Amino acid sequence: MSIVIDRRLNDRNKSASNRARFLRRYKEQLKKAVTDMVGERSITDMDQGGTVSIPVKDISEPSFGHGPGGDHESVHPGNRSFQPGDRLPRPSGGQGGGGGEAGEGGDGRDSFTFALSREEFLSLFFDDLELPHLVRNFLGEVRDHKWQRAGYTPSGVPANLAVLRSLRTAMARRIALGSPIRRELNRVEQQVTDEGASPKLEAERALLEQRLRKIPFLDDMDLRYRHRVRVPQPISRAVMFCLMDVSASMTEEKKDLAKRFFTLLYLFLTRKYERVQLVFIRHTDDAQEVDEDAFFHDPQSGGTVVLSALKLMQEIIAERFPSGQWNIYGAQVSDGDAFGADPEKSRALLAEQLLPQLRYFAYLETPDNPERLSPLMHAYSRIDSPHFATRSVTERGEVYPVLRDLFRKEAAA
Amino acid sequence: MSAILVTNTPAATVPGTAGSAPGESTPQLPLELSAGERLLSTGSEWTFELLGRYDEAIHAIAANEFGLDTYPNQIEVIASEQMLDAYASVGLPISYPHWSYGKEFIRNEHLYRKGARGLAYEIVINSNPCISYLMEENSLPMQALVIAHACYGHNSFFKGNYLFRQWTNADAIIDYMVFARKYVLDCEERHGHAAVEETIDSCHALMSHGVDRYRRPTPLSVSEECDRQREREAHAWRQYDEIWRTVPRKSASERRQGERPFPEEPQENLLYFVEKHAPKLEPWQRELVRITRKLAQYFYPQGQTKVMNEGWATFWHYTLLNRLFDHGQVDAGFMLEVLASHTNVITQRGYDQPGYGGINPYALGYGMMSDLRRICESPSDEDRHWFPDIAGGDWRQVLDFAMRNYKDESFIGQFLSPKLMREFHLFAVADHAGEPELRIDSIHNEDGYRRLRRLLAAQYNRDNQIPDIQVQHYERRGDRSLTLRHRQHRGRPLNGEASEVLKHLGRLWGFTVRLETVDEQDRPVGEVLSVG
Repeated sequence: MSIVIDRRLNDRNKSASNRARFLRRYKEQLKKAVTDMVGERSITDMDQGGTVSIPVKDISEPSFGHGPGGDHESVHPGNRSFQPGDRLPRPSGGQGGGGGEAGEGGDGRDSFTFALSREEFLSLFFDDLELPHLVRNFLGEVRDHKWQRAGYTPSGVPANLAVLRSLRTAMARRIALGSPIRRELNRVEQQVTDEGASPKLEAERALLEQRLRKIPFLDDMDLRYRHRVRVPQPISRAVMFCLMDVSASMTEEKKDLAKRFFTLLYLFLTRKYERVQLVFIRHTDDAQEVDEDAFFHDPQSGGTVVLSALKLMQEIIAERFPSGQWNIYGAQVSDGDAFGADPEKSRALLAEQLLPQLRYFAYLETPDNPERLSPLMHAYSRIDSPHFATRSVTERGEVYPVLRDLFRKEAAA
Repeated sequence: MSAILVTNTPAATVPGTAGSAPGESTPQLPLELSAGERLLSTGSEWTFELLGRYDEAIHAIAANEFGLDTYPNQIEVIASEQMLDAYASVGLPISYPHWSYGKEFIRNEHLYRKGARGLAYEIVINSNPCISYLMEENSLPMQALVIAHACYGHNSFFKGNYLFRQWTNADAIIDYMVFARKYVLDCEERHGHAAVEETIDSCHALMSHGVDRYRRPTPLSVSEECDRQREREAHAWRQYDEIWRTVPRKSASERRQGERPFPEEPQENLLYFVEKHAPKLEPWQRELVRITRKLAQYFYPQGQTKVMNEGWATFWHYTLLNRLFDHGQVDAGFMLEVLASHTNVITQRGYDQPGYGGINPYALGYGMMSDLRRICESPSDEDRHWFPDIAGGDWRQVLDFAMRNYKDESFIGQFLSPKLMREFHLFAVADHAGEPELRIDSIHNEDGYRRLRRLLAAQYNRDNQIPDIQVQHYERRGDRSLTLRHRQHRGRPLNGEASEVLKHLGRLWGFTVRLETVDEQDRPVGEVLSVG
């Protein structure tokens, strides 16, 4: 007789290890596909999975087989008008004979397309990167608390009274206290039936019954209260300030570099924090808070005053993001052209007032001439803080390595 | 593995084969009112109890009425994700881990999520007990169909067909795969992922040439060996003559030259040869080669009997469920759903219709099986002429005989009837390298039947599908190089992957590997590929 088994509760992810093996094997190709995707996405869309394609020829499994050429016949169904001896043009490109291999599903044969989950996408993106001070932020500097249930306690405020639990305790107590009396009572009644009623026994019975009645239904000691404790909670939200110089000297190319840099940083943060807010501050000689689109695409003209942006950032922090409740990150992109006292003042403001409130501040420079040390970089390079880093890039390909560099695991040490 | 795929076509494009099948093809409402009492169930929701009840009813008909001989069944209900998992591990419930299974899984999952492909209704494993997977999403009529199809159709085929009997060991496959999985995992731990993966990759590349088609002689036992030795000695003693001592002996170097080549005869099982003779393989690598070879051998009969196997199973789900209906155990609504799926499965699209993917093995197999029954039950003059042996015979015996003793190639060659060729509108296209255009070789007419049948049978011949590549020579005393010979079949060259495969073989072999190509007269063709 057949056996019917319900296997639906079995492990559903039997192929996970095979899938992981596949991803591991084609990591290089996948990374490339992922990097291509970055260019096309907006910063906030970045933290989703996505569909990637890798060339089929890279993942094919070869085997001996017949190639085109030689003589062969193939049999097909559905003849309508052919007669023996009819001639047909050879189909171009495909296998001779329009053979059995045709129409093997409409999916493109040139690339192998599939969806990466968000986690897979991000981990390919970041690979072995790790945000600095992360451990400390999560476990060390606890500044938030949450109430959490922690069982029951015999004391508390009436609002927290656990009725069911209290009654249950009361019942247990009544049973426990009453049972010796009831045992005694049973004995007495047994005696009454055995020996007949006597005043002595009646009195004894009345006494016992009275004792039984005197056991209180509810006692102070029965009361139970829901217990709640405050548990420390890591701050799970972050704000990221994107500061960019949009003066005339920042070309589209440089803005593209900036976008990639901000994107990467944003992705990092979303991976580590539940919620990440973005604040875009652009500046020429005056700073403004704008939305993402305007930030990257609105052409502006004017001079460069870095200090204005830093000051605006400071104001916004004071106003909306108290540093006790937010993990604050800053990222600044500029071509480094600053004039007069501006670089020095900026350095002072950043080092003395902003940095103590920040988790991290990264400055990325996109210089016209990589050889020359820009005034801003010159000033910034004197800031000595583990929460601060500067780098200079000129090409697209350098952005990612720079990020790796900035946030390398060792940096935390 | 064998599976019914959900075709995404509307059932409207059903060829004539479905309607013309003999037997109880049109469901009618049960006549007597009392039939309702015999209904197994109403409604389309399934429960475990109902599955058991249907299985019992189908079993009763299959075993008692039609005498199907089956392994015991183990029916497992799974969810769609698990079905995707089962796909990936080539239909076995357990397999060793490898990236290519991951690739398969990702591909199927992607197609499934996009809606480009439905899932198989079932997967059935050639094991004892025979394991069949049912999907939880299916309705009750579908589950019954799958039970009839897999648990009685495929199951009896696995148990009866000579190829399966000869080449697969249904009792041991699951245990063997458990061992294989553990072995591969252990190897990964001991020798690293990369090394194991490399070896398995190389074996997979050679899997199509890792199959024995003929039994090796069983090794002699010690006593047999002794007997033989005694016989030889006695023979030498009887033949002894002093005169042979006067013949001058060859010098050592001459003897060396005259040494017989190795292997003495070409070997077609490349994986076997590698396993036994590769000079550089570590023992654990040899075991991996063996595991993949065993797996290839296990699947060998399935590849050879696709049409028959599916045809047999489809024929039986159709016959068994109709019989249930005749008994009044299921109602017309149930039958309608079954027939809708059934026609979907046996849809054969024409060569010029969208989605044409070659001849549908379900359609051809089912067509031939029910045609055989028709030939037995109501033969026409044409049938009597073509099939004098079986026309008018007992269809159960004929079908049973065919199932036990044929594979696709011989089955088609023997039993494809002109009527079916006409129904399928079969035609053959010749693609000859010497001619600038394709030519219609033959069609479904009086002149063409025999040739068409031969060509279709040849299409299922393994020799036509897989190039003939054999081990020609192993230079044991020299540079240890290995020479393979590809004998072209009617001038068909190898595809572009040959050099890649050769690299894989080179990796396993460890020394130079050459691949030479000869034509059917053993004249060399093209250049010799060489690796290492």
